[in-house]
Amino acid sequence: MYSNAYIFRYAAIMVVVVAAVLSSAATFLKPMQQRNQAVDKMQSILAAAGKYDVSVDEAIPIFNEFITNMIVIDQDGNILDDYTGDKKEESEAFNINLKTELFNKSQNRDYRLPMYVVDNPDGKIYIIPLLGAGLWGPVWGNIALGEDFSRVLGVTFDHKSETPGLGAEINTPSFQNQFNGKQILDDQGRFVSIQVVKGGVSNFPANVQKHKVDAISGGTITSNGVNDMIENVLESYVPFFNKQG
Amino acid sequence: MSKEREPLFSAKNRKLITNPLHVDNPITVQVLGICSALAVTAKLKPSFVMMLSVIAVLTLANVIISILRNGIPPRIRIIVMLTVIASLVILVDQVLKAFVYDVSKQLSVFVGLIITNCIIMGRLEAFASANKPWPSLLDGFGNALGYGWVLIAVGFTRELFGSGTLWDYQIIPQAFYDIGYQNNGFMILPPMALIVVGIIIWIQRARSPQLIEEN
Repeated sequence: MYSNAYIFRYAAIMVVVVAAVLSSAATFLKPMQQRNQAVDKMQSILAAAGKYDVSVDEAIPIFNEFITNMIVIDQDGNILDDYTGDKKEESEAFNINLKTELFNKSQNRDYRLPMYVVDNPDGKIYIIPLLGAGLWGPVWGNIALGEDFSRVLGVTFDHKSETPGLGAEINTPSFQNQFNGKQILDDQGRFVSIQVVKGGVSNFPANVQKHKVDAISGGTITSNGVNDMIENVLESYVPFFNKQG
Repeated sequence: MSKEREPLFSAKNRKLITNPLHVDNPITVQVLGICSALAVTAKLKPSFVMMLSVIAVLTLANVIISILRNGIPPRIRIIVMLTVIASLVILVDQVLKAFVYDVSKQLSVFVGLIITNCIIMGRLEAFASANKPWPSLLDGFGNALGYGWVLIAVGFTRELFGSGTLWDYQIIPQAFYDIGYQNNGFMILPPMALIVVGIIIWIQRARSPQLIEEN
Protein backbone atom coordinates (compact mmCIF):
# COMPACT_ATOMS: atom_id res chain seq x y z
CA MET A 1 0.00 0.00 0.00
CA TYR A 2 1.20 3.49 -0.70
CA SER A 3 1.72 5.93 2.15
CA ASN A 4 0.30 9.42 2.12
CA ALA A 5 3.81 10.84 1.97
CA TYR A 6 4.46 8.82 -1.18
CA ILE A 7 1.26 10.09 -2.78
CA PHE A 8 2.14 13.70 -2.02
CA ARG A 9 5.69 13.22 -3.30
CA TYR A 10 4.40 11.53 -6.43
CA ALA A 11 1.87 14.29 -7.14
CA ALA A 12 4.40 17.05 -6.47
CA ILE A 13 7.03 15.54 -8.75
CA MET A 14 4.47 14.89 -11.48
CA VAL A 15 3.23 18.47 -11.38
CA VAL A 16 6.76 19.88 -11.56
CA VAL A 17 7.75 17.60 -14.44
CA VAL A 18 4.60 18.38 -16.42
CA ALA A 19 4.94 22.11 -15.78
CA ALA A 20 8.56 22.05 -16.92
CA VAL A 21 7.78 20.11 -20.10
CA LEU A 22 4.81 22.29 -21.06
CA SER A 23 6.39 25.63 -20.29
CA SER A 24 9.62 24.80 -22.11
CA ALA A 25 7.63 23.59 -25.11
CA ALA A 26 5.62 26.83 -25.05
CA THR A 27 8.77 28.95 -24.78
CA PHE A 28 10.68 27.19 -27.56
CA LEU A 29 7.77 27.13 -29.97
CA LYS A 30 6.53 30.66 -29.33
CA PRO A 31 8.58 32.50 -32.00
CA MET A 32 7.38 30.06 -34.67
CA GLN A 33 3.78 30.31 -33.50
CA GLN A 34 3.88 34.11 -33.55
CA ARG A 35 5.34 34.12 -37.03
CA ASN A 36 2.57 31.76 -38.16
CA GLN A 37 -0.06 34.01 -36.64
CA ALA A 38 1.36 37.10 -38.33
CA VAL A 39 1.54 35.29 -41.67
CA ASP A 40 -2.00 34.03 -41.25
CA LYS A 41 -3.20 37.57 -40.53
CA MET A 42 -1.40 38.84 -43.64
CA GLN A 43 -2.91 36.11 -45.81
CA SER A 44 -6.35 37.02 -44.52
CA ILE A 45 -5.82 40.75 -45.20
CA LEU A 46 -4.51 40.04 -48.69
CA ALA A 47 -7.40 37.66 -49.44
CA ALA A 48 -9.93 40.33 -48.46
CA ALA A 49 -8.27 42.65 -50.96
CA GLY A 50 -8.57 40.01 -53.68
CA LYS A 51 -5.12 38.41 -53.48
CA TYR A 52 -5.95 34.76 -52.79
CA ASP A 53 -3.70 31.75 -52.38
CA VAL A 54 -0.65 33.63 -51.14
CA SER A 55 1.72 30.93 -49.88
CA VAL A 56 3.16 31.02 -46.39
CA ASP A 57 6.68 31.80 -47.62
CA GLU A 58 5.63 34.67 -49.87
CA ALA A 59 3.17 36.28 -47.49
CA ILE A 60 5.55 38.76 -45.83
CA PRO A 61 7.21 40.16 -49.02
CA ILE A 62 3.90 40.30 -50.93
CA PHE A 63 2.19 41.99 -48.00
CA ASN A 64 4.91 44.64 -47.80
CA GLU A 65 4.73 45.31 -51.49
CA PHE A 66 0.96 45.23 -51.99
CA ILE A 67 -0.20 47.18 -48.94
CA THR A 68 0.99 50.78 -49.22
CA ASN A 69 -0.12 52.51 -46.00
CA MET A 70 -0.63 51.21 -42.49
CA ILE A 71 -2.86 53.80 -40.83
CA VAL A 72 -3.95 54.25 -37.22
CA ILE A 73 -6.99 56.44 -36.59
CA ASP A 74 -8.66 57.64 -33.39
CA GLN A 75 -12.34 57.69 -32.46
CA ASP A 76 -12.85 61.08 -34.15
CA GLY A 77 -11.44 59.91 -37.47
CA ASN A 78 -8.07 61.66 -37.14
CA ILE A 79 -5.03 59.88 -38.55
CA LEU A 80 -2.55 59.24 -35.74
CA ASP A 81 0.05 57.23 -37.60
CA ASP A 82 0.70 56.51 -41.26
CA TYR A 83 3.45 53.99 -41.89
CA THR A 84 4.70 53.37 -45.42
CA GLY A 85 8.05 51.63 -44.76
CA ASP A 86 9.22 48.13 -45.61
CA LYS A 87 8.69 46.46 -42.26
CA LYS A 88 4.92 46.60 -42.14
CA GLU A 89 4.68 43.61 -39.81
CA GLU A 90 6.35 45.80 -37.17
CA SER A 91 4.20 48.86 -37.76
CA GLU A 92 1.87 50.18 -35.09
CA ALA A 93 -1.23 49.52 -37.16
CA PHE A 94 -0.39 45.84 -37.65
CA ASN A 95 0.17 45.24 -33.96
CA ILE A 96 -2.79 47.09 -32.44
CA ASN A 97 -4.71 44.82 -30.09
CA LEU A 98 -8.19 45.09 -31.55
CA LYS A 99 -9.75 43.37 -28.58
CA THR A 100 -8.44 46.01 -26.15
CA GLU A 101 -9.44 48.89 -28.41
CA LEU A 102 -12.98 47.58 -28.96
CA PHE A 103 -13.29 47.07 -25.21
CA ASN A 104 -12.23 50.70 -24.69
CA LYS A 105 -14.89 51.68 -27.20
CA SER A 106 -17.58 49.76 -25.32
CA GLN A 107 -16.51 51.56 -22.12
CA ASN A 108 -16.73 54.96 -23.88
CA ARG A 109 -12.99 55.48 -23.52
CA ASP A 110 -10.60 56.74 -26.21
CA TYR A 111 -9.59 54.12 -28.73
CA ARG A 112 -7.37 53.70 -31.78
CA LEU A 113 -8.12 51.52 -34.78
CA PRO A 114 -5.96 50.21 -37.61
CA MET A 115 -6.59 50.37 -41.33
CA TYR A 116 -4.58 49.04 -44.24
CA VAL A 117 -4.60 50.92 -47.50
CA VAL A 118 -3.77 49.64 -50.99
CA ASP A 119 -3.04 52.52 -53.36
CA ASN A 120 -3.04 50.99 -56.83
CA PRO A 121 -3.88 52.51 -60.22
CA ASP A 122 -7.44 51.08 -60.19
CA GLY A 123 -8.31 53.08 -57.09
CA LYS A 124 -7.69 52.78 -53.40
CA ILE A 125 -8.70 49.78 -51.32
CA TYR A 126 -9.32 50.25 -47.61
CA ILE A 127 -9.00 47.08 -45.54
CA ILE A 128 -10.48 47.05 -42.06
CA PRO A 129 -9.86 44.23 -39.57
CA LEU A 130 -12.95 42.90 -37.77
CA LEU A 131 -13.35 41.20 -34.41
CA GLY A 132 -16.47 39.96 -32.65
CA ALA A 133 -18.04 37.07 -30.78
CA GLY A 134 -19.51 33.91 -32.29
CA LEU A 135 -21.27 31.09 -30.48
CA TRP A 136 -18.33 29.34 -28.80
CA GLY A 137 -15.51 31.84 -29.15
CA PRO A 138 -14.23 34.84 -31.05
CA VAL A 139 -14.84 35.39 -34.75
CA TRP A 140 -12.73 37.79 -36.78
CA GLY A 141 -11.93 38.78 -40.31
CA ASN A 142 -11.14 41.59 -42.70
CA ILE A 143 -13.36 43.65 -44.95
CA ALA A 144 -12.08 45.52 -48.01
CA LEU A 145 -13.94 48.67 -49.06
CA GLY A 146 -13.67 50.64 -52.27
CA GLU A 147 -12.74 54.29 -52.60
CA ASP A 148 -16.31 55.41 -51.83
CA PHE A 149 -16.08 53.72 -48.38
CA SER A 150 -19.29 51.87 -49.20
CA ARG A 151 -18.81 49.14 -51.80
CA VAL A 152 -17.47 45.89 -50.37
CA LEU A 153 -14.67 44.46 -52.50
CA GLY A 154 -14.14 41.35 -50.44
CA VAL A 155 -14.29 39.85 -46.96
CA THR A 156 -12.56 37.09 -45.10
CA PHE A 157 -13.86 35.59 -41.88
CA ASP A 158 -12.39 33.13 -39.49
CA HIS A 159 -13.28 31.73 -36.11
CA LYS A 160 -11.73 30.02 -33.16
CA SER A 161 -14.24 27.32 -32.36
CA GLU A 162 -17.54 27.56 -34.21
CA THR A 163 -19.43 24.32 -34.89
CA PRO A 164 -18.04 22.47 -37.93
CA GLY A 165 -20.52 22.34 -40.79
CA LEU A 166 -22.69 25.05 -39.19
CA GLY A 167 -21.21 28.27 -37.82
CA ALA A 168 -17.76 27.26 -39.03
CA GLU A 169 -18.98 27.75 -42.60
CA ILE A 170 -18.35 31.50 -42.26
CA ASN A 171 -14.78 30.94 -43.43
CA THR A 172 -15.82 29.30 -46.70
CA PRO A 173 -15.73 31.17 -50.03
CA SER A 174 -19.40 30.43 -50.70
CA PHE A 175 -20.41 32.48 -47.66
CA GLN A 176 -17.79 35.20 -48.06
CA ASN A 177 -18.35 35.78 -51.77
CA GLN A 178 -21.92 36.87 -51.06
CA PHE A 179 -20.52 40.10 -49.60
CA ASN A 180 -18.79 41.20 -52.79
CA GLY A 181 -20.46 44.27 -54.27
CA LYS A 182 -22.70 44.90 -51.26
CA GLN A 183 -22.92 48.43 -49.82
CA ILE A 184 -22.39 49.54 -46.23
CA LEU A 185 -23.87 53.02 -46.84
CA ASP A 186 -27.38 53.70 -48.12
CA ASP A 187 -28.24 56.01 -51.00
CA GLN A 188 -28.15 59.05 -48.70
CA GLY A 189 -24.69 58.05 -47.50
CA ARG A 190 -25.86 56.96 -44.05
CA PHE A 191 -24.18 54.00 -42.39
CA VAL A 192 -26.41 50.88 -42.43
CA SER A 193 -23.79 48.08 -42.30
CA ILE A 194 -24.52 44.67 -43.82
CA GLN A 195 -26.88 42.16 -42.26
CA VAL A 196 -26.76 38.40 -42.49
CA VAL A 197 -30.44 37.45 -42.81
CA LYS A 198 -32.63 34.36 -42.69
CA GLY A 199 -35.14 33.48 -45.37
CA GLY A 200 -33.32 34.47 -48.53
CA VAL A 201 -32.09 37.90 -49.62
CA SER A 202 -34.30 37.82 -52.73
CA ASN A 203 -37.40 38.01 -50.50
CA PHE A 204 -36.41 41.46 -49.21
CA PRO A 205 -37.38 44.72 -50.92
CA ALA A 206 -35.10 45.52 -53.83
CA ASN A 207 -33.68 48.70 -52.25
CA VAL A 208 -32.30 46.91 -49.16
CA GLN A 209 -30.98 43.79 -50.89
CA LYS A 210 -27.61 45.45 -51.35
CA HIS A 211 -27.21 45.53 -47.55
CA LYS A 212 -28.10 41.86 -46.95
CA VAL A 213 -26.54 38.42 -47.38
CA ASP A 214 -27.94 34.94 -46.70
CA ALA A 215 -27.26 33.37 -43.29
CA ILE A 216 -26.04 29.81 -42.73
CA SER A 217 -28.63 27.14 -41.83
CA GLY A 218 -28.04 25.95 -38.29
CA GLY A 219 -25.58 28.77 -37.61
CA THR A 220 -27.91 31.47 -36.34
CA ILE A 221 -25.87 32.62 -33.36
CA THR A 222 -22.65 32.71 -35.38
CA SER A 223 -24.47 34.64 -38.13
CA ASN A 224 -25.75 37.15 -35.56
CA GLY A 225 -22.19 37.43 -34.24
CA VAL A 226 -20.99 38.27 -37.74
CA ASN A 227 -23.72 40.94 -38.00
CA ASP A 228 -22.77 42.55 -34.73
CA MET A 229 -19.08 42.39 -35.54
CA ILE A 230 -19.44 44.14 -38.90
CA GLU A 231 -21.73 46.82 -37.51
CA ASN A 232 -19.79 47.46 -34.32
CA VAL A 233 -16.40 47.74 -36.02
CA LEU A 234 -17.40 49.64 -39.15
CA GLU A 235 -19.41 52.26 -37.29
CA SER A 236 -16.21 53.24 -35.48
CA TYR A 237 -14.73 54.22 -38.83
CA VAL A 238 -17.67 56.40 -39.89
CA PRO A 239 -16.07 59.63 -38.55
CA PHE A 240 -12.99 58.81 -40.63
CA PHE A 241 -15.09 58.13 -43.75
CA ASN A 242 -16.88 61.43 -43.28
CA LYS A 243 -13.62 63.36 -42.92
CA GLN A 244 -12.12 61.76 -46.01
CA GLY A 245 -15.26 61.83 -48.14
CA MET B 1 15.64 -17.88 -17.79
CA SER B 2 12.08 -16.91 -18.14
CA LYS B 3 9.79 -18.34 -20.78
CA GLU B 4 10.37 -17.63 -24.42
CA ARG B 5 9.63 -14.05 -25.52
CA GLU B 6 6.27 -13.50 -27.07
CA PRO B 7 6.54 -12.42 -30.72
CA LEU B 8 5.68 -8.74 -31.27
CA PHE B 9 2.69 -9.54 -33.40
CA SER B 10 1.45 -12.72 -31.79
CA ALA B 11 -2.15 -13.71 -32.34
CA LYS B 12 -3.03 -12.21 -28.97
CA ASN B 13 -1.38 -8.91 -29.83
CA ARG B 14 -2.98 -8.77 -33.25
CA LYS B 15 -6.35 -9.13 -31.60
CA LEU B 16 -5.61 -5.97 -29.58
CA ILE B 17 -5.75 -4.07 -32.84
CA THR B 18 -8.45 -5.98 -34.70
CA ASN B 19 -10.98 -6.38 -31.87
CA PRO B 20 -11.65 -2.66 -31.40
CA LEU B 21 -12.25 -2.36 -35.13
CA HIS B 22 -15.23 -4.64 -34.97
CA VAL B 23 -16.49 -6.79 -32.08
CA ASP B 24 -15.15 -4.48 -29.37
CA ASN B 25 -15.54 -1.16 -31.15
CA PRO B 26 -15.39 1.75 -28.70
CA ILE B 27 -18.25 3.65 -30.33
CA THR B 28 -20.64 1.06 -31.69
CA VAL B 29 -20.22 -1.65 -29.05
CA GLN B 30 -18.92 0.08 -25.92
CA VAL B 31 -20.80 3.28 -26.79
CA LEU B 32 -17.99 5.56 -25.61
CA GLY B 33 -16.84 8.81 -27.16
CA ILE B 34 -20.26 9.46 -28.68
CA CYS B 35 -20.20 13.18 -27.92
CA SER B 36 -17.16 13.92 -30.06
CA ALA B 37 -18.52 11.61 -32.75
CA LEU B 38 -21.57 13.86 -32.95
CA ALA B 39 -19.69 17.13 -32.77
CA VAL B 40 -16.96 16.82 -35.38
CA THR B 41 -18.49 14.67 -38.10
CA ALA B 42 -20.42 17.25 -40.14
CA LYS B 43 -17.53 17.16 -42.63
CA LEU B 44 -15.01 14.51 -43.60
CA LYS B 45 -11.88 16.60 -43.05
CA PRO B 46 -12.38 17.43 -39.36
CA SER B 47 -13.36 13.79 -38.76
CA PHE B 48 -10.05 12.70 -40.25
CA VAL B 49 -8.01 15.25 -38.30
CA MET B 50 -9.81 14.17 -35.13
CA MET B 51 -8.96 10.54 -35.86
CA LEU B 52 -5.26 11.35 -36.29
CA SER B 53 -5.18 13.42 -33.08
CA VAL B 54 -6.89 10.71 -31.07
CA ILE B 55 -4.52 8.07 -32.47
CA ALA B 56 -1.54 10.19 -31.38
CA VAL B 57 -2.87 11.03 -27.94
CA LEU B 58 -4.36 7.63 -27.07
CA THR B 59 -1.32 5.65 -28.22
CA LEU B 60 1.13 7.87 -26.35
CA ALA B 61 -1.00 8.13 -23.22
CA ASN B 62 -1.43 4.36 -23.13
CA VAL B 63 2.35 3.82 -23.37
CA ILE B 64 3.16 6.45 -20.74
CA ILE B 65 0.62 5.15 -18.24
CA SER B 66 1.76 1.61 -18.90
CA ILE B 67 5.38 2.56 -18.14
CA LEU B 68 4.33 4.35 -14.95
CA ARG B 69 1.75 1.73 -13.96
CA ASN B 70 3.68 0.22 -11.05
CA GLY B 71 4.44 3.56 -9.44
CA ILE B 72 1.08 5.29 -9.68
CA PRO B 73 -0.68 5.40 -6.30
CA PRO B 74 -4.16 3.91 -6.94
CA ARG B 75 -5.88 6.64 -4.94
CA ILE B 76 -4.78 9.39 -7.33
CA ARG B 77 -4.56 7.34 -10.52
CA ILE B 78 -7.42 9.14 -12.29
CA ILE B 79 -5.78 12.52 -11.65
CA VAL B 80 -2.45 11.19 -12.91
CA MET B 81 -4.11 9.88 -16.07
CA LEU B 82 -5.93 13.14 -16.68
CA THR B 83 -2.69 15.07 -16.22
CA VAL B 84 -0.94 12.86 -18.75
CA ILE B 85 -3.78 13.19 -21.27
CA ALA B 86 -4.13 16.94 -20.83
CA SER B 87 -0.39 17.54 -21.13
CA LEU B 88 -0.19 15.42 -24.27
CA VAL B 89 -3.08 17.28 -25.84
CA ILE B 90 -1.55 20.67 -25.05
CA LEU B 91 1.79 19.49 -26.37
CA VAL B 92 0.23 18.21 -29.61
CA ASP B 93 -1.62 21.51 -29.97
CA GLN B 94 1.54 23.59 -29.43
CA VAL B 95 3.54 21.55 -31.93
CA LEU B 96 0.79 21.80 -34.54
CA LYS B 97 0.55 25.57 -34.02
CA ALA B 98 4.28 25.93 -34.57
CA PHE B 99 4.76 23.63 -37.54
CA VAL B 100 1.44 23.07 -39.32
CA TYR B 101 -0.64 26.12 -38.54
CA ASP B 102 -3.35 25.17 -41.06
CA VAL B 103 -4.03 21.85 -39.39
CA SER B 104 -4.07 23.48 -35.98
CA LYS B 105 -6.75 25.87 -37.20
CA GLN B 106 -8.76 22.86 -38.31
CA LEU B 107 -8.31 21.23 -34.92
CA SER B 108 -9.15 24.28 -32.83
CA VAL B 109 -12.33 23.15 -31.11
CA PHE B 110 -11.46 19.46 -30.99
CA VAL B 111 -8.46 19.85 -28.73
CA GLY B 112 -10.70 20.22 -25.70
CA LEU B 113 -12.83 17.36 -26.90
CA ILE B 114 -9.85 15.01 -26.97
CA ILE B 115 -9.18 15.63 -23.27
CA THR B 116 -12.76 14.75 -22.42
CA ASN B 117 -12.95 11.77 -24.76
CA CYS B 118 -14.01 8.91 -22.50
CA ILE B 119 -12.39 6.31 -24.75
CA ILE B 120 -8.97 7.58 -23.68
CA MET B 121 -9.73 7.47 -19.96
CA GLY B 122 -11.40 4.11 -20.50
CA ARG B 123 -8.39 2.51 -22.16
CA LEU B 124 -5.94 3.94 -19.63
CA GLU B 125 -7.99 2.63 -16.75
CA ALA B 126 -9.01 -0.70 -18.27
CA PHE B 127 -5.89 -1.67 -20.16
CA ALA B 128 -2.75 0.43 -19.81
CA SER B 129 -2.72 0.46 -16.02
CA ALA B 130 -2.49 -3.35 -15.98
CA ASN B 131 -0.47 -4.23 -19.09
CA LYS B 132 3.03 -3.85 -20.50
CA PRO B 133 3.94 -0.93 -22.79
CA TRP B 134 3.94 -2.82 -26.11
CA PRO B 135 0.46 -4.38 -25.77
CA SER B 136 -0.74 -1.01 -24.45
CA LEU B 137 0.59 0.71 -27.55
CA LEU B 138 -1.27 -1.77 -29.77
CA ASP B 139 -4.42 -1.47 -27.70
CA GLY B 140 -4.32 2.34 -27.86
CA PHE B 141 -3.69 2.33 -31.58
CA GLY B 142 -6.43 -0.23 -32.22
CA ASN B 143 -9.04 1.57 -30.18
CA ALA B 144 -8.24 4.94 -31.75
CA LEU B 145 -8.53 3.31 -35.16
CA GLY B 146 -11.83 1.69 -34.22
CA TYR B 147 -13.05 5.10 -33.09
CA GLY B 148 -11.65 6.68 -36.23
CA TRP B 149 -13.31 4.48 -38.82
CA VAL B 150 -16.74 5.13 -37.35
CA LEU B 151 -15.98 8.86 -37.40
CA ILE B 152 -14.89 8.68 -41.03
CA ALA B 153 -17.98 6.67 -41.99
CA VAL B 154 -20.30 9.14 -40.29
CA GLY B 155 -18.40 12.16 -41.67
CA PHE B 156 -18.52 10.68 -45.16
CA THR B 157 -22.29 10.14 -45.05
CA ARG B 158 -23.08 13.51 -43.51
CA GLU B 159 -20.89 15.57 -45.81
CA LEU B 160 -22.01 13.76 -48.96
CA PHE B 161 -25.73 14.11 -48.27
CA GLY B 162 -25.61 17.28 -46.17
CA SER B 163 -23.35 19.44 -48.32
CA GLY B 164 -22.97 17.48 -51.57
CA THR B 165 -19.20 17.56 -51.13
CA LEU B 166 -16.42 15.28 -49.91
CA TRP B 167 -13.26 16.76 -48.39
CA ASP B 168 -14.71 20.12 -49.54
CA TYR B 169 -14.73 19.03 -53.20
CA GLN B 170 -18.08 19.10 -54.97
CA ILE B 171 -19.21 15.52 -55.61
CA ILE B 172 -22.86 15.83 -56.52
CA PRO B 173 -22.91 17.40 -60.00
CA GLN B 174 -24.62 20.72 -60.64
CA ALA B 175 -26.98 18.94 -63.05
CA PHE B 176 -28.64 17.20 -60.08
CA TYR B 177 -29.36 20.54 -58.42
CA ASP B 178 -30.70 21.92 -61.68
CA ILE B 179 -33.35 19.19 -61.82
CA GLY B 180 -34.41 19.85 -58.26
CA TYR B 181 -32.09 17.85 -56.00
CA GLN B 182 -31.56 19.49 -52.59
CA ASN B 183 -28.87 18.96 -49.97
CA ASN B 184 -30.39 17.44 -46.86
CA GLY B 185 -29.98 20.20 -44.28
CA PHE B 186 -30.89 17.79 -41.50
CA MET B 187 -27.71 15.82 -42.24
CA ILE B 188 -25.44 18.60 -40.98
CA LEU B 189 -27.26 18.88 -37.65
CA PRO B 190 -26.01 16.77 -34.71
CA PRO B 191 -29.12 14.55 -34.32
CA MET B 192 -28.44 13.02 -37.71
CA ALA B 193 -25.01 11.89 -36.53
CA LEU B 194 -26.73 9.91 -33.81
CA ILE B 195 -29.03 8.33 -36.37
CA VAL B 196 -26.11 7.46 -38.67
CA VAL B 197 -24.22 5.91 -35.73
CA GLY B 198 -27.42 3.99 -34.92
CA ILE B 199 -27.61 2.66 -38.47
CA ILE B 200 -23.95 1.57 -38.30
CA ILE B 201 -24.68 -0.27 -35.03
CA TRP B 202 -27.73 -1.87 -36.62
CA ILE B 203 -25.81 -3.13 -39.67
CA GLN B 204 -22.96 -4.34 -37.48
CA ARG B 205 -25.24 -6.31 -35.16
CA ALA B 206 -27.29 -7.75 -37.98
CA ARG B 207 -24.13 -9.15 -39.52
CA SER B 208 -22.45 -10.36 -36.31
CA PRO B 209 -24.83 -12.41 -34.15
CA GLN B 210 -22.24 -12.72 -31.35
CA LEU B 211 -22.87 -9.05 -30.54
CA ILE B 212 -26.53 -9.59 -29.75
CA GLU B 213 -27.22 -9.89 -26.03
CA GLU B 214 -29.51 -12.63 -24.79
CA ASN B 215 -32.50 -11.47 -22.88
